[in-house]
Amino acid sequence: MLNPQLNKHGELQHLLSIEGLPKSILNHILDTASSFVGISDRDVKKVPLMRGKSVFNLFFENSTRTRTTFEIAAKRLSADVINLNIQASSASKGESLLDTIDNLSAMHADMFVVRHAQSGAPYLIAKHLQDTGQSHVHVVNAGDGRHAHPTQGLLDMYTIRHYKKDFTNLTVAIVGDILHSRVARSDIHALTTLGVPEVRAIGPHTLLPGGLEQMGVRTFTNMDEGLKGVDVIIMLRLQNERMSGALLPSAQEYFKSYGLTPERLALAKPDAIVMHPGPMNRGVEIDSAVADGPQAVILPQVTFGIAVRMAVMSIVAGTQA
Amino acid sequence: MKLHIKNGHLIDPANGIDAQQDLFIDAGKVLAVGAAPAGFSAEQTIDASGLVVAPGLVDLSVRLREPGYEYKATLESELQAAMQGGVTSLVCPPDTDPVLDESGLVEMLKYRAKTRNQANVHPLGALTVGLKGEALTEMAELTEAGCIGFSQAEEPIEDTTVLLRALQYAKTFDYTVWLRPQDAHIGRGGIAASGAFASRLGLSGVPAMAETIALHTIFELMRATGARVHLCRLSSAAGIELVRQAKREGLPVSCDVGAHHVHLTDADIGFFDSNARLTPPLRSQRDRDAIRLGLLDGTIDALCSDHTPVDDDEKLLPFGEASPGATGLELLLSLSLKWANDYAATQAAGGPRPLARALALITSQAAQVAGLSAGTLSVGANADVCIFDPQAHWTVEAAALASQGKHTPFLGYNLAAQVQTTIVAGRVAFQRNAA
Repeated sequence: MLNPQLNKHGELQHLLSIEGLPKSILNHILDTASSFVGISDRDVKKVPLMRGKSVFNLFFENSTRTRTTFEIAAKRLSADVINLNIQASSASKGESLLDTIDNLSAMHADMFVVRHAQSGAPYLIAKHLQDTGQSHVHVVNAGDGRHAHPTQGLLDMYTIRHYKKDFTNLTVAIVGDILHSRVARSDIHALTTLGVPEVRAIGPHTLLPGGLEQMGVRTFTNMDEGLKGVDVIIMLRLQNERMSGALLPSAQEYFKSYGLTPERLALAKPDAIVMHPGPMNRGVEIDSAVADGPQAVILPQVTFGIAVRMAVMSIVAGTQA
Repeated sequence: MKLHIKNGHLIDPANGIDAQQDLFIDAGKVLAVGAAPAGFSAEQTIDASGLVVAPGLVDLSVRLREPGYEYKATLESELQAAMQGGVTSLVCPPDTDPVLDESGLVEMLKYRAKTRNQANVHPLGALTVGLKGEALTEMAELTEAGCIGFSQAEEPIEDTTVLLRALQYAKTFDYTVWLRPQDAHIGRGGIAASGAFASRLGLSGVPAMAETIALHTIFELMRATGARVHLCRLSSAAGIELVRQAKREGLPVSCDVGAHHVHLTDADIGFFDSNARLTPPLRSQRDRDAIRLGLLDGTIDALCSDHTPVDDDEKLLPFGEASPGATGLELLLSLSLKWANDYAATQAAGGPRPLARALALITSQAAQVAGLSAGTLSVGANADVCIFDPQAHWTVEAAALASQGKHTPFLGYNLAAQVQTTIVAGRVAFQRNAA
């Protein structure tokens, strides 16, 4: 089966998932991102790589943070950015996803940045563009259901590389609601592709999906054991709706077993870094003392996120060699 | 009309016939097999040289989409598809709109189907009013109107007391209850089989225990009531093993599987292909292998197409929003023979030949499960015949299908076996034009 993200020359045409991408492409994105990091510190924070291109931010699911970082990234590449909050417009009038895409394509979109509550929605869009002879239009997945959030995965890799330099001697723990997390899936694929020898997932059985072992992950239900000797801790957000009911009894009990406290952090390597894709629930998955502490790299993640998204958009659009 | 079908390879699993034999038909019935009866003079002769002459196929699950979903398919389109697929008897589940829970609706459906003069349509009545799992339907009335059994289609009964009462009541009149084993809660909202594949794709899962828990409940209720149950669309290795044990125990149970599940696994979802969104979901290779073995050792009685026409609007959606189901009437024969080809490799010495074995699953055995006097070419039986070319290959594509449903995970596949002629009650109802 052909990987729908790559064109026939093996170049990245869409970014739909990290799974299936070769290490060379991941490294190329990270290298390109590092050339963009400096731009944000300049007086004129722009490069003309995507001048004249139209980027449509298609958010079928609410997100302020991710949409904003994509918007900033596109603007720093000099693209024209159109934000569409579809929940509030066509979909509520009954227009189908592909009708929306056709209409926006008719407005000469060059790129769709898509967030959707359904796993796989960006694949449907990419296939439709190909079937309708519009394969010059690119799709970047900004989060689809539980499936993937590849730009988050890449910015996490950028952050790890920034602080740890080499992936091949690391132990990385991902903690929390793995079951519902697209970030966890993208991180897992990126980490294993880049050669991290030990990827751990930590959480209660109700939040660990089956089949993690086949993805190259070691699972732990005991947080203290799982954190022992790790270099990187990636905390996941626990959604409000999961905090009570049949998955977990309460936020308090969750914090007691899986909250990242200074005491637990001390079990990791002394130079371990703490990451979080945001937005954080202080006191639910992470103690403020850790979130604001010296080992947290949560705000640099956000900054790197813009450079990584600039890299992804310019590479996908073919404007970056 | 006196019809003579000559030079064909006649396969009639019910009578153990698998040889070159002529078939003689008169007044809508099979008159003789082999030698012509004295004084027989054919008004029409069909030369079936190089072709297989088999009983018309019996398909245990065909959604005609009437009443209520005519935008997805109509009786006209789907009965034509049945003819092209060689299916002369079909059973349709009650999940129409309104559901088949009143005799008037069943009579109307039977009447509409009869005027088409194509396949024989055998509806299943709803087991509970509106398929809601609360109140029993008027089963005797519905039987009089033409229902051959009672089913909950895809709506599991939440209240086990209601299921117990339904089985007790059905047993009273010796009706068969058709159930797809599916727990009412576990796996609800799931869209793919639980496992590594669903986890990777971020699709919510339906664990195999959704099937096995339901099976345990059904078997326990069968022991208590003695009711006869036909289990529909088994999907898991564990489920098939439970059926095997139940049969060994002597429970009055039969079961079928959908033709898709004999060949495909969850990996065929690929990059979120909504054509592979099916109910029950496609499972792992281990489950598929267990299904194939179950067909071999007789645990599974019949293969059906689980024909479910879905239109573009409901299929060209993200995987989780797409309607489940695939078109199947015109693929049933080819998919069954595809299994036979694989079976040929492991054939036990002295057993029926693969082609005959596969045809039994979609003719005599399917008819037996449904209690129909169809699926055989015995002298005196209704002359429903399917004549096909086992060597002809065809490509599954929208243009090749008469069904209004054009979505199938087999799109683009090249399959062997193509129906040439379909005969219903001694009348040629479909004849494929020479290529």
